[in-house]
Amino acid sequence: MRDARGDVKRPIGLRLWLSGGWLTLLVLAAVSAPLIAPKDPLMQDLFLGRMPPFWMAGAEPGYLLGTDSLGRDVLSRILYGARLALIVALVAGTLTCIIGATLGLMAGYYRGWTDRVISRFVDIWMAFPPVLFAILLIAVLGPGLMSIIIAIVVIDWTRFARVIRAEAMSQGAMDYVASAQVAGRTRFGTMLTEILPNVLPTIVALLTLEMGIAVIVEAILSFVNLSISTDSPTWGGMIAEGRTSVHQAWWVLVFPLITLFLTVLSFSQLGEGLKDRFDPVLR
Amino acid sequence: MKSYLSIRNLNVRVKNGPVILRSVSLDVAAGQVHGLVGESGAGKSMIGKAVLGTLPRALEVTGGEIWLDGTDLLTLPPAERRRRIGATAALIPQDPLTALNPSKRIGPQITRRLVDILGWTKAEAQARALELLDEVHIPDPVRVMRSYPHELSGGMRQRILIASAFAAEPKLIIADEPTTALDVTVQKQILRLINEMQTRHGTALLFVTHDLGVVSKVCDTLSVLYAGKVVEDARMHRFFMRPIHPYSRALLAATPTYTDPTGSLTPVPETVISAVEEEVRLHDVRAGQ
Repeated sequence: MRDARGDVKRPIGLRLWLSGGWLTLLVLAAVSAPLIAPKDPLMQDLFLGRMPPFWMAGAEPGYLLGTDSLGRDVLSRILYGARLALIVALVAGTLTCIIGATLGLMAGYYRGWTDRVISRFVDIWMAFPPVLFAILLIAVLGPGLMSIIIAIVVIDWTRFARVIRAEAMSQGAMDYVASAQVAGRTRFGTMLTEILPNVLPTIVALLTLEMGIAVIVEAILSFVNLSISTDSPTWGGMIAEGRTSVHQAWWVLVFPLITLFLTVLSFSQLGEGLKDRFDPVLR
Repeated sequence: MKSYLSIRNLNVRVKNGPVILRSVSLDVAAGQVHGLVGESGAGKSMIGKAVLGTLPRALEVTGGEIWLDGTDLLTLPPAERRRRIGATAALIPQDPLTALNPSKRIGPQITRRLVDILGWTKAEAQARALELLDEVHIPDPVRVMRSYPHELSGGMRQRILIASAFAAEPKLIIADEPTTALDVTVQKQILRLINEMQTRHGTALLFVTHDLGVVSKVCDTLSVLYAGKVVEDARMHRFFMRPIHPYSRALLAATPTYTDPTGSLTPVPETVISAVEEEVRLHDVRAGQ
């Protein structure tokens, strides 16, 4: 018999430290944006347009990462943009996860007509081009935070449904599930107590991945000017704006882009790290 | 002798597909061990699954009766049937590696049955589980109760599954090839353990296996299955002395012996196979399938 390795706490890996660290920083920034942002993110000053970041010649003191073409402070806009990005990531990610995972779990475990109905529905749903679908939806619903969240949920729940269905199916074929049923447990009870704990690591990994995707989708929608509103600062909106003046003021494009990149990367890495940690077989 | 489990003319088939079990009848007497032998694909495991109500969803029971302790399970509503099976029967599964929930510690997986089925308190169940683990010769039961399945060896897990099958004192246990997934040295210990537990608890045991050697060690009676049809039903002693059905005879002749390790194995002859196939075909014609 091997040692009870489950009792030994493994050190948190570098991956978890870095991704968790960046996201914590981001959450802190988002929460305290009004306190730490050096300027009003909406304040325009046409005399201070396209000021470079602090280490370059001609930088304006007080504008650490420079200003955009309307003279708004890039750093402050990134900090405020984090609020919207995180709200979208959390709310849209969680809703997508709940809807998709529930349907996937039921389809994979109950099989039969439940599975057929859900799976066909997923197939049909996935045949719509997602970005077009989202744009259409927002055009109908009108731009705004709620519309963005709804659009993301509507596009992406199928990802969860598919993956969780496959996972639930393979778990459902295991003998321990049969044993639970022989012991007189109901099918619904078996699903909750036997299957769910074993697909949970996958759900966690998908959830964080989905949060990253939500941030990207929000950015894409801002890019085509369908996001929240044109004056609230969003990373996608900043990137879209920065694109037009990239030759004169690259910083307007590059800083929000880096932030977005690191955030999405952190979400997916956090997911993988957590999955490794919570999976009892890998642990 | 009163039979505790009595299957009468059980028919199972794939929905809109081939027939899996053909009018299977067999009896397991209270406190006795009944062997169920046959080659892979003969449908042995499906009999056990039909009794326990865990048939794959693609299969359906198309006829017959399954009497468990005087009640025909197939006439009961699903919830009642589940409750009754839970209270009176248990399973020792084939593969100890997939039969324990990987995300739960061993302790709750054993005690859960006692709490669910017998309505015991957690503390009572805990004490009983420790006793059971000791009974199946697991060293340091306290630590094992706190372990996750992946921390234990295959043989150890099979012992735990045996303990948990006997936990709620079922009257019938179905052992579905309980030693197939283990290596030979462990197999022998596990067989001895099942035998020991069965004798001590007086449980009726339906022992599904493809190994006649195993059957000869643990069973009192046996059924030989071919293509979903019982071709011979016999008491152990008689079967090994005078097998009646040609397929049984061929099967016995094909068993390797320890006394003649260099002797070559006799495969089941073509003629016997085609004769049994014919028998099965005739049965299907009579049954109008």
